[in-house]
Amino acid sequence: MTHPADIAPRVPRPFVARALAHPSFLLGGAIALVVAAMALLSFVWTPHEAGAIEIARKLRPPSTEHWFGTDQFGRDVLSMIMRGAVTSMAVSFVAVGIGVGLGVPLGLLAAARRGVLGEAVMRANDFVFAFPALIIAIMLRDVFGPGAVNAMVAIGIFNVPVFARLAYGAALPLWTREFVMAARVAGKGGALITLEHILPNMLNLLIVQATVQLSLGILAEAALSYVGLGVQPPQPSWGRMLNEAQTLMALAPRLALIPGTAIVLTVLGLNLLGDGLRDLLDPRLARER
Amino acid sequence: MAHRIARVLSLALVAGIAGFAAGVASAAPRKDVTLGVRLEPPHLDPTAGAAAAIGEVVYANVFEGLTRIDRNGAVKPALAERWEVSPDGRTYTFFLRKGVKFHDGTDFDASDVKFTLDRARAADSVNPQKGLFAPIEAVEVVDPATVKVALKQPTGRFLFDMGWAAAVIVAPESAADNRTKPVGTGPFTLATWAKGDRIELARNPNYWGRPAALDKATFKIIGDPTAAFAALMAGDVDAFPIYPAPENVDQFKADPRFKVVVGNTEGKTILAMNNGRAPFTDIRVRRALSQAVDRKAVIDGAMYGYGAPIGSHFAPQDKGYVDLTGRYPHDPKAAQALLKEAGVAAGTRLRLVLPPPDYARRGGEIIAAQLRKVGIEAELVPMEWAQWLSEVFKNRNYDLTVISHVEPLDLDIYARESYYFDYKNPEYKALYDELAATSDEGKRIELLKKAQEKIADDAVNVFLFLLPKIGIWNAELKGLWENAPIPVNDLTEVRWGE
Amino acid sequence: MLAYVGRRLLSLAVTLAIASAIVFTVMEILPGDPAEVMLGTNARPDTLAALRAQYGLDRPAPERYLAWAGGLLQGDMGLSYTYSVPVTQLVAERMWVSLPLALIALTLTTLIAIPVGALAAAKRNSATDVGVMTATQVGIAVPNFWFAMLLVLVFAITLRWLPAGGFPGWKAGAWPALKALVLPAVALALPQASILARVMRSSLLDTLGEDYVRTARAKGLTRAQTVRRHALRNALIPVLTIMGLQFSFLLAGTIIIENVFFLPGLGRLVFQAITQRDLIVVKSVVMLLVASVVVVNFLVEVGYAAVDPRLRRRV
Repeated sequence: MTHPADIAPRVPRPFVARALAHPSFLLGGAIALVVAAMALLSFVWTPHEAGAIEIARKLRPPSTEHWFGTDQFGRDVLSMIMRGAVTSMAVSFVAVGIGVGLGVPLGLLAAARRGVLGEAVMRANDFVFAFPALIIAIMLRDVFGPGAVNAMVAIGIFNVPVFARLAYGAALPLWTREFVMAARVAGKGGALITLEHILPNMLNLLIVQATVQLSLGILAEAALSYVGLGVQPPQPSWGRMLNEAQTLMALAPRLALIPGTAIVLTVLGLNLLGDGLRDLLDPRLARER
Repeated sequence: MAHRIARVLSLALVAGIAGFAAGVASAAPRKDVTLGVRLEPPHLDPTAGAAAAIGEVVYANVFEGLTRIDRNGAVKPALAERWEVSPDGRTYTFFLRKGVKFHDGTDFDASDVKFTLDRARAADSVNPQKGLFAPIEAVEVVDPATVKVALKQPTGRFLFDMGWAAAVIVAPESAADNRTKPVGTGPFTLATWAKGDRIELARNPNYWGRPAALDKATFKIIGDPTAAFAALMAGDVDAFPIYPAPENVDQFKADPRFKVVVGNTEGKTILAMNNGRAPFTDIRVRRALSQAVDRKAVIDGAMYGYGAPIGSHFAPQDKGYVDLTGRYPHDPKAAQALLKEAGVAAGTRLRLVLPPPDYARRGGEIIAAQLRKVGIEAELVPMEWAQWLSEVFKNRNYDLTVISHVEPLDLDIYARESYYFDYKNPEYKALYDELAATSDEGKRIELLKKAQEKIADDAVNVFLFLLPKIGIWNAELKGLWENAPIPVNDLTEVRWGE
Repeated sequence: MLAYVGRRLLSLAVTLAIASAIVFTVMEILPGDPAEVMLGTNARPDTLAALRAQYGLDRPAPERYLAWAGGLLQGDMGLSYTYSVPVTQLVAERMWVSLPLALIALTLTTLIAIPVGALAAAKRNSATDVGVMTATQVGIAVPNFWFAMLLVLVFAITLRWLPAGGFPGWKAGAWPALKALVLPAVALALPQASILARVMRSSLLDTLGEDYVRTARAKGLTRAQTVRRHALRNALIPVLTIMGLQFSFLLAGTIIIENVFFLPGLGRLVFQAITQRDLIVVKSVVMLLVASVVVVNFLVEVGYAAVDPRLRRRV
């Protein structure tokens, strides 16, 4: 748990030097870069056409032609994994974007106004939290139809209270700080103070949290696709690959092992990156750990 | 790495099978059986719910009708010992079995038959197949063992229809509670229903007919194909009469403990086209799709090769079948040319709606890939049944869908007004009306053939394959149905031993 | 304090009332008709209408909302459309799966996380610590449904020690029932244990930095003794808070795991009810889940307020 009071002004030390000496930042960053590169590469090149069905070559074991073999429809698994990274990343990024875009302003507003409005905003957030996430996703699917947008919205909704709480919690103590008082005395309005003084002081916190939510988003996207609520074929998705592999467990376990490993590695990479960022951006917290 | 793990695991799997097989010893014939079923019935009253899962548990086991449909799809006497049909085909006199009791001890007689039939056609009836009872004009109790049913018009299928699960005989005393406490006349009674897990039937000691060989039958609900596989392999269930995962069949075939029986159903699986909506109003487009779809690839990919190809809306095992599978050979080039001729631009987007079953979800994905090759972008829209029923079936708000029609001999749906694929052809309707009114067997077969050909010629839908019934059971178990003319698990002849 | 509790209770009631209205409205929007699902493709309009009337769906929405909400207040959740039994009975039956599952998972989580976290903290920066931290990082990254699939592959399909799914019921005996819950509980526990172990470690490290602990060390106690006698108890407070959160998560968040293992629990009940449009079940169970979270939040806040009077002034 991060206590907002712990936020200290940044210590001016060479960031890059510390980053290069930080093992989990390096490892996490490397994994995240590889996944991102794989996703970008898949736009211009995959070993085979991603998602191309060819029943005649179904369930081939790994070979030099198909490094990870083919699936039950004869699709090249490696190509699917590469393109699946795009789905994972895109859904998760947009979901975090929704969370930041809506949650941070709400949290800042609640902190700036407090009183009834602040209370209402925070109560509304608790409210969203109380609803079972998966059930919300199912209902969204049934009303609007399944697809990437839906997955983004479903995950994004639950990111809103996360960022709202974070922003609220971080902004409240800042409002009592001298530099804010000074700005007030100087006649600056709430909006201006928020923009000039409050927001910049919580940026590090937001970046760290965004990384964490990004990795949670990838897990959530996988879970939604696994139960059939995410992107639809022919767009590949790691979660759906797992779903399809389920009945083939006894026949071709690699179809479950490969996408699962891809998910674990990506999430692990982002988590390590998040930890590293926390240490690097927030030296006070790092010391405590 | 993954490959090595796979090898280690499959080695362990083989070792496990050998170890298990060695441990099985023969003993006195067992008196109980555990069947795996994929879906749990919502309740147990077949006269108040359409779910096939209801009939799969209670039909012939708990409830019986006037007639019954046997393992070959033939009509056999059940609670009606025999019947007479008046020369004009409008009056059926049923002579009932005597000494039959319901499970609650009340007597079965003609008044129960009248109650059942009147209830099914009443204004507040919730019978899912109310149409079966529509031809009935009046039901008259002649004496406790005789019932006379007057029909509005001659109905060739009436005896067959009275053998459906929705037409089983219920008693006025218990009908209201049949959903949770089914009271029928059959050889089994409901013992327990552990919701979400299993339903147990016990032998009815007061059964009127030949008593069942089994003391106890358990329907174990195993929805997940992986769990179904594991349960069979571990011997937790003795049989999976309708096994859900064709991909695992080869592993059972290789194992002497199991018998794998691939039979047929009446499930005509089709790629339905919305004939009432552009571009499918144009026969060239429908024909183009028929040529664009590679049936064999669909069967191989979605069903792992199980399932007989069909060329019209008719099951190959039924009398009067004509093989029309060659009517539209797979030919993407010809399909493209036809589409061009019909003015369908390359890249046209259509919605392919897919209900939950695997055959639809998998088949749809393969079909979409095949359509893409002829320039049609089929957007896959998976739906739950609830939504499919209202969006596709009721509101006809779709372009394409994959669905299996499991009702036997249902050529009538092509003659129906505003059915979901919206086929309107007066010629076909005349043909079908003639068929319905014809009773001469030779003439009927000729008309059946014409009807099949007409549907195929008009390319109403793309006809894919007949849904297989993959049954896997303990090699020692006898008497289960090999085919599924109707979706049931008749236990009356099931026993252990040679 | 009383006034504070009163205010919070009022806000709780308002929250629940709004939630019930939202849940009800969402169910109204959901496409699909329970009667159509029950009667299938050969249903006629008149039979559908008759069944809808039986379900009470022919009455206007506000009337149905009041009837439902009023019933809830009296502990009556209505009659399931599909099963024709009271929803309360269904929920009670399913609770006997979900509740033990959540409890076993939580017990496993605790049994793994506390010692492991404590060990890592006690041996800070050692190879053990690094190993534990790495393992928990991986544990957090593993999707629980995938882990469940792997468990099934190894323990059910290959080794056949445990069932791959289903639940025989407690009447079948405690052992078969527990056997059916082992794999799901492990699948649920792994990521949670990883999180909790990390919380435990950092909490214990925090406590070890406190003055009284340093004093204890200065008195000549070994590090292990200090941990056992002084730090552990205090370090457990944040751990308990997280555990409370995890429990409600486990109870509501087992939907996927219950579906992987086909366990007839609460999550699966809701899942199936949505697909069958047994909306009365969905409504009532969702309300139950929402209420449980809201009430737990309320209790936590009141509890904190009781400890720290300053908090009472807010709201």
